[in-house]
Amino acid sequence: MAITPPSERIWWKQPIAKIELSWIIIAFTWGLVMFFMMIYWHGAGEQNLSNEAYKISPERFAERSQAMIDEYTVREENYFPVVHPPAGSDVYLIARLWQWWPILELEKDETYRLHLSSLDWMHGFSLQPVNINVQVHPGYEMVVTVKPDKAGEYGIVCNEYCGIGHHMMVGKIYVVE
Amino acid sequence: MSKTTEFRICPTTGLKVDLDAEKLIKANAVVAIIFLAIGGLFGLLVALTRWPAVHFLPADWFYLALTAHGFDVLLVWIIFFEMAVLYFASAVLLGSRLAAPRWAWTGFALMLIGAVVTNIVVLQGQSSVMFTSYVPMKAEPGFYLGIILFAVGALIGCFVFFGTLVVARQERTYEGSVPLVTFGAVTAAIIAVFTIASGAIILIPTLLWSVGLVSHIDPLVYKTIWWAMGHSSQQINVSAHVAVWYAIAAMVLGARPISEKVSRMAFLMYILFLQLASAHHMLVEPGFSSEWKIFNTSYAMYLAVLGSMIHGMTVPGSIEAAQRARGLTKGLFEWLRKAPWGNPAFAGMFMSLVFFGFIGGISGVVMGTEQINLIMHNTLYVPGHFHGTVVAGTTLAFMAITYLLVPLIFRRELMFRKLATWQPYLFGIGVAGISVFMMGAGTLGVSRRHWDMTFADAQLPFDYPSAAFLMMGLNGIFAILAALGGILFIVIVVGSVFFGRKLGVDEKPSYPELPPAAHAVAEHGSAESLKIPGTAMLVGIFFVAFVLYYFVNWKYLSEVWPLS
Repeated sequence: MAITPPSERIWWKQPIAKIELSWIIIAFTWGLVMFFMMIYWHGAGEQNLSNEAYKISPERFAERSQAMIDEYTVREENYFPVVHPPAGSDVYLIARLWQWWPILELEKDETYRLHLSSLDWMHGFSLQPVNINVQVHPGYEMVVTVKPDKAGEYGIVCNEYCGIGHHMMVGKIYVVE
Repeated sequence: MSKTTEFRICPTTGLKVDLDAEKLIKANAVVAIIFLAIGGLFGLLVALTRWPAVHFLPADWFYLALTAHGFDVLLVWIIFFEMAVLYFASAVLLGSRLAAPRWAWTGFALMLIGAVVTNIVVLQGQSSVMFTSYVPMKAEPGFYLGIILFAVGALIGCFVFFGTLVVARQERTYEGSVPLVTFGAVTAAIIAVFTIASGAIILIPTLLWSVGLVSHIDPLVYKTIWWAMGHSSQQINVSAHVAVWYAIAAMVLGARPISEKVSRMAFLMYILFLQLASAHHMLVEPGFSSEWKIFNTSYAMYLAVLGSMIHGMTVPGSIEAAQRARGLTKGLFEWLRKAPWGNPAFAGMFMSLVFFGFIGGISGVVMGTEQINLIMHNTLYVPGHFHGTVVAGTTLAFMAITYLLVPLIFRRELMFRKLATWQPYLFGIGVAGISVFMMGAGTLGVSRRHWDMTFADAQLPFDYPSAAFLMMGLNGIFAILAALGGILFIVIVVGSVFFGRKLGVDEKPSYPELPPAAHAVAEHGSAESLKIPGTAMLVGIFFVAFVLYYFVNWKYLSEVWPLS
């Protein structure tokens, strides 16, 4: 029994039953399939993170974001600037207690380099309803190349707990034709 | 040792039981269950708040309750119970004296003080930082101090366990190799040492930072090392509850492992590879390469998953073989139909096995896939997954073995038998529902650790789909079921431990039914003639479900915005 010492002293020389061995081989092979699937997707799939990231101070990140906001703000909404940066450019999104700043307006089927960083605590970039989720750290700037493929209005929910105002931290991205 | 060790002989199993070890098992199990009750209550409050129609707690209390819930059940309940499992699997199963009972009591006291300190600090309201306490969000120093004390206590417990193994070996209390269950406990204890070391590396500087002696803790470094503790501690649970599965199968059905070699190899896979799992939490963070993510998140090509898949066959396989040897040979599933479903130890154990595999296991592997994590990270899918592993898996298994501990270790007759028969089903189905509906809500994008999914107070509006609200309502209903199951468990166990009839010295408990030790299935026949077609069918169903669900999620991923 499993609660007593093995009845055969030399248990490691006992043969393995065929059915057990087959399952081990199937399970091991499936593990390999899942392992190589991740590598395969880097070549064949369209949803991968580039892992491009830099260390950056909150002040520096705020400065760069402000430069973009100053140059490309097209209107205001609920006291948020709505920024329409040129297709293909570097766009910045600030995470801070408890806002995603500014509102971005992107063009459908164009590619943008989206820079994400936090000015204070950790936040979670959760783009809805597409459901893309990326962690945002203070002191680190992550660059994700995105290509919005459907026009519409998207919400950015914060999905990393960031204090008492966490549930009020909602941002917005417009994707226009 | 100044005083001689006293033993008693268990009338049911014939095991020689060190009375010191017995007292420690009782103390650890009782405290564990008290914290299960406290943490479970906080969990119910959390679920009621996340039920949009109820929305029970105000925001500050919600985040406080969620912090306390995570700490009390994920850490305190489980580690206290694991200490009981370690002492049982060493001193009791090996018929040995416990190595250093005084040290074991010191460890117990430290754990208790630590747990109480952290709870008090959390209840004071200035440390609602969640169980993970990600920097630079700061808790009161007492929050970290309590966790550190708790961890040191647990570490002492692990060393008492290792010491007991040495004592048993030197004093030749058993022949040959240690039992498989003890081997599983060794796995858990080795992982525990790694876990606690990681915890010390990150929490001690964080404590110093919270009192102002250290100026800066890097959030990325914190998170990486914190999860080397946080995730590995869940692997202690896996090893411990798999050991509990084997123990219950042996004690209730006299089942014998199909192959000692295979089951032990599977545990060895855990020791070698499970600790890489910190990466599961770092898949969408800045600063890691994909090579690092892929290697670590897959436990080096899924070798630890292989270990679990092996146990997933060998545990039911050993039960089937035992049942067939008793003559339940009709068709594929007579052995399973005529299993002792009215015995709460067996029912809880088998549900734990099924839910851990189908709900917790599959979802964990899928979510831990580098790219698929993008559509699940920090959504409710995550707690959905780990309620499948830690609650439907570990907690249910620990509850199941408690039904054996009460008569065998506490020497009390189990009270409320009718209720005990129903308890595992109520709790198991409740938790399975919680897991599935949270995963459903997560798939629809709903954030975890979030007070208000309607975003009523936000500057910019956003609405989750109505299906997500339905999911959270169902989650609330199943949380109530699970809570009822939890309350029943506590009433039955605490009632029996304090008010149940004391069993006489040589009296065998009549409930739950346990076969005499001699009834164990001696042989399954030679390896070539092993017949477990029912188990083959079960693992076949599991495999198909796994493969389909895995690729369905790649399909979901392929539909989101292209990213690079």
